[in-house]
Amino acid sequence: MAATERHIRRRTEPTPARQRVVGDPVPGAVVDLRSVSKKYPSGDLGLEDATFAVQPGEFVFLVGSTGSGKSTIMRLLIKEIEPSYGSIAVAGRDLSEITRRKVPYYRRNLGVVFQDFKLLPNRTVYENVAYALQVTGGTRREVREKVPDILRLTGLSTKLHNYPDQLSGGEQQRVSVARAFVNHPPLLLADEPTGNLDPETSVGIMQLLYRINRTGTTVVVATHDKAMVDRMRRRVIEVSHGRIVRDERTGGYEATESTESRESTREFGALWREGLQ
Amino acid sequence: MRFGFFLREALRALRRNAVPSFAAVATVLVTVLVLGVFIPVVQATNGAANEIRAKVLVDVYMKSDATRADVDRVRSRIEDDTPGVGRVEFISKQQAINAERDAGRGDFYDLLGSDPLPGLLRVTPDRPEAIVQVRDALAPMSPSGRRTVADASIDEVQDRKENTDKLLAATGVVKLTIGLLAGLLVLASLLLVANTIRLSMYARRREVEVMKLVGATDWFIRWPFVIEGVLVGALGGVTAIVLLGVVKVSLVDPLAGDFALIATTETMNFGLLVALLLAASVGVSALGSGLSLRRFLRV
Repeated sequence: MAATERHIRRRTEPTPARQRVVGDPVPGAVVDLRSVSKKYPSGDLGLEDATFAVQPGEFVFLVGSTGSGKSTIMRLLIKEIEPSYGSIAVAGRDLSEITRRKVPYYRRNLGVVFQDFKLLPNRTVYENVAYALQVTGGTRREVREKVPDILRLTGLSTKLHNYPDQLSGGEQQRVSVARAFVNHPPLLLADEPTGNLDPETSVGIMQLLYRINRTGTTVVVATHDKAMVDRMRRRVIEVSHGRIVRDERTGGYEATESTESRESTREFGALWREGLQ
Repeated sequence: MRFGFFLREALRALRRNAVPSFAAVATVLVTVLVLGVFIPVVQATNGAANEIRAKVLVDVYMKSDATRADVDRVRSRIEDDTPGVGRVEFISKQQAINAERDAGRGDFYDLLGSDPLPGLLRVTPDRPEAIVQVRDALAPMSPSGRRTVADASIDEVQDRKENTDKLLAATGVVKLTIGLLAGLLVLASLLLVANTIRLSMYARRREVEVMKLVGATDWFIRWPFVIEGVLVGALGGVTAIVLLGVVKVSLVDPLAGDFALIATTETMNFGLLVALLLAASVGVSALGSGLSLRRFLRV
């Protein structure tokens, strides 16, 4: 009874007046969220009035503790869930205009990396990466050309025929990144890519993501890996209790004085060169 | 190229999920076996009942003091004046006794001394429904509600209706029971197949989710599952049918010569039965695979 009442109230409740989509679409933005709110059917608030835009070629960290709304943003961006309010545009396309049938085609333009890798357990490394191509109707020839290339880039050339359960966590995440990038998507989303990995392996994955970013791909990484964010000094968007509380060009995990930032970027540069050698 | 890819995907899934696949094949096999046995049994019972229904006769018993002339008169009356009559056969006292002796009951009649069996005229109607007409013509209802006879030398007219009714009622009960049982079995097998498929789908729901996240369309994911269902259904169905065929050739066919039930009744053509079972097994498992995937595709 009580549940029914709550349900009816929620349905008849008018959208709060303060929630109005403000501003125009940001021109040229890869990701454009305007006044986005997400209320889950359970009544939990996932995201409230979030507005931000990401320009092509940017490397953005979404930070915040668990339950802050990072994953809600990610899930909204891959259209796994629908926003309760506001508009989301990716590469100039309004997501609300994409019908359920068209969602798979939309997702092919995204590379997505998950915390739990989400590899197909019955397929080898090679087949996992190839699947992303086969899904888009890639021919066998295309698969033969592209997959070894991307696996070389991610440093998995020797593990082609291993199954995911024969790989370490870091290697599995590399496969996942390779799969996300094999179509060369304009936008790569990573939801806690290093959440299950030790710090050293995490550096490797971040280097990989950074290298992908350098090819011109926009990368959005949701993470609570403080050390990594502080080291890389990229743009940081902090989410807390469903609200965006900070958006800094070159920030750390926590709001800090900007004097440090230059130094840390240099530190990452060193790390980056180290990784190349 | 597409079909080749889907087929390879389906085969890979079968290979990698050998145990659940085997369970599904076994389920289909058992189901088809049960159906393959039950359908002919139900049909045979039906056929037996029909046969009894077709064997309706009217026996006109003559009085024991009836002379040859009486018999001829009654006979011509039946043959010429009664509508709906197909064939009339006279069975004399002697023939009746011989028939009883052949059946091994001669001793009783020897014991009785005199001959208690009357001569009779056995009338076969031209069609089963005409039996009422024939009976009413030979033994019309009197105003008092009792049957009289059309000729003075007729002792009694028996149409065996009661016997037939009893038999039909008995086979009806058997038919109903078997039919009900068959229905339950079909239902149980459907649920079993559906459940097996659902289980194997459930085990692979993560895989489906990943495929969706990579950007696979519903049908891109579904086709391999449907093909897998077809393969499982075909494998189980064919194995069951081969087993049924072996049983039929080695057991039922030799017995058919001896057993009236199997020999005389109209059971379904074995080829038709095979085709039906195969279509059902393939159809159910393919459809089941395709449909039970639906809820996992909502990502």
